[in-house]
Amino acid sequence: MTTFSKEDVKYFADFVRIGLSEEDKENFSAKIADLIESVSDLKEVDVTGVKPMTHPVAMINVLREDEPKDILDREVMLASAEDQEDGLIKVPDIL
Amino acid sequence: MTLTSKTATELQALLQKGEVTAKEVTEATLQTIEQHEEKIHAFIHVAKEEATKRAEQLDQEAANTRGRLFGVPIGIKDNIVTKDMKTTCASKMLEDFVPVYNATAIDKLEAAGAINIGKLNMDEFAMGSTSETSFFGNTLNPWNTDYVPGGSSGGSAAAVAAGEVPLSLGSDTGGSVRQPAAFCGIVGMKPTYGRISRFGLTAFASSLDQIGTMSRTVEDNALLLSVIAGEDDNDSSSSAKEVPDFTAALTGDIKGLKVAVPKPYLGEGVDTEIVAAVREAISVLESLGAVCEEVELPHIQYAPTTYYVISSSEAQSNLSRFDGLRYGYHTENAENLEQAYFRTRQEGFGNEVKKRIIFGTYAMSADHHEDLYVRAQKTRTLIAQDFDAVFEKYDVVIGPTAATTAFKLGETGGDQLVHYANDVLAVPANLTGRPALSVPCGFVNELPVGMQLMGKHFDEETLYKVAHAYEQATDFHKRTPSIQEGK
Repeated sequence: MTTFSKEDVKYFADFVRIGLSEEDKENFSAKIADLIESVSDLKEVDVTGVKPMTHPVAMINVLREDEPKDILDREVMLASAEDQEDGLIKVPDIL
Repeated sequence: MTLTSKTATELQALLQKGEVTAKEVTEATLQTIEQHEEKIHAFIHVAKEEATKRAEQLDQEAANTRGRLFGVPIGIKDNIVTKDMKTTCASKMLEDFVPVYNATAIDKLEAAGAINIGKLNMDEFAMGSTSETSFFGNTLNPWNTDYVPGGSSGGSAAAVAAGEVPLSLGSDTGGSVRQPAAFCGIVGMKPTYGRISRFGLTAFASSLDQIGTMSRTVEDNALLLSVIAGEDDNDSSSSAKEVPDFTAALTGDIKGLKVAVPKPYLGEGVDTEIVAAVREAISVLESLGAVCEEVELPHIQYAPTTYYVISSSEAQSNLSRFDGLRYGYHTENAENLEQAYFRTRQEGFGNEVKKRIIFGTYAMSADHHEDLYVRAQKTRTLIAQDFDAVFEKYDVVIGPTAATTAFKLGETGGDQLVHYANDVLAVPANLTGRPALSVPCGFVNELPVGMQLMGKHFDEETLYKVAHAYEQATDFHKRTPSIQEGK
């Protein structure tokens, strides 16, 4: 029986900066334990000497000319941000 | 016959000749959507004003400049970005997000004269197979509204099946176009990885994601793929392979076609009525001259877990872009930047999304990376090699699209693990990058069943040819859900 404690949930959620309620931790603890249990069948596979597959269709050195193009307007893009000032995105205090 | 019960190909002929106007088609489409939406909720946003305006503009165009989809209405899954039109990914995180550019597939549709009718419902960030994880509420199956339409492209399948639109775009990371197509009794194609540009498709798992095409007939599907496929400077994984006119492949001639039927695809875990429907379909193909043989796929049982590990690992990286600062949902309760990240994601993402990100982070962590992520990638190689060996001797691999018909609403709670038997059938096409198509092949308890055809890389033509020959020999695609007759 695989366990994945509430502390484990918080430990990994912290890396990706996801806040969780107590109820979330409980819920994910059980669900992720089930997931880990279910993927443990991968241990049965003999992968000796097998190369990992990173791309389903291998393509090598896809290049194009490095030419400037008309790209998106800065003002238009900035309009998507919640808070902005003088052409910069404003964020809450860092310290 | 009403305008909205016509296929894209039929509409297209009328529109080109000027026998109906784009405006008339658009008005009829919007009216049908209004009738059905209360029952099935396929759309997140119906683009009434934009579509009407666009139809009026198209009607001014000279007859000789009209594209292949001139005036044809299409619905778009809401994870494909549309300039100046909200694209939510069915998430609170992007509830008010208005993209500033179009996905390449959208640009191509516009150039061909298609009319975007609106954005279709889905599982949040395409994570699910029931469309129940949408922040905007679930979509219902037009064949029976007690059932889900499948997912994650559930809105895309339901809208086409209900006759709201003749065509739609979905996306398929682990069956998300084919499974809802099967559950809703329509045709769904996941083309070869790289066939359609992913530029503007919100990334879930980048080595698996592909935009897919959905329609009521094989011919319409082939037409739609012909329009949106092709190389794109904005997606380095898009293929430079020439794009044929896929409709030219629909010759009806499949004599001598070599078909492989993997034994596990008709074995344990698949409903017996579904096995019977697919066996019947195989005998139809044999009567048309195909040669069908059973084959083994030694590593197929590991496909679902390989997929869970790889898709979640890629997702945890892709979804890190949602920080609430540059665009999207933004928490009101943060005193500093650190809190802003934590609370934005806590409040903005739904449970399934959070669960997969956390599991993906676990699988990619230093202690588990080798044993889970890298091991899954190696198993992926073995699964791909199994299929390579089969395709050395055979032209297509056939099986059911899904192990069951549509689930009852709330039956699975959107739980990933419940779907294991379906994933064995669905995810290999994504893991191996191969094209796969679902075509209607029967009914069980008045719910549709789909047959899946998987092909050689970049050989969508053969899949369309076989599916079309089968479709023409059967009547399943002619049946429509009672919702279409207003019952």
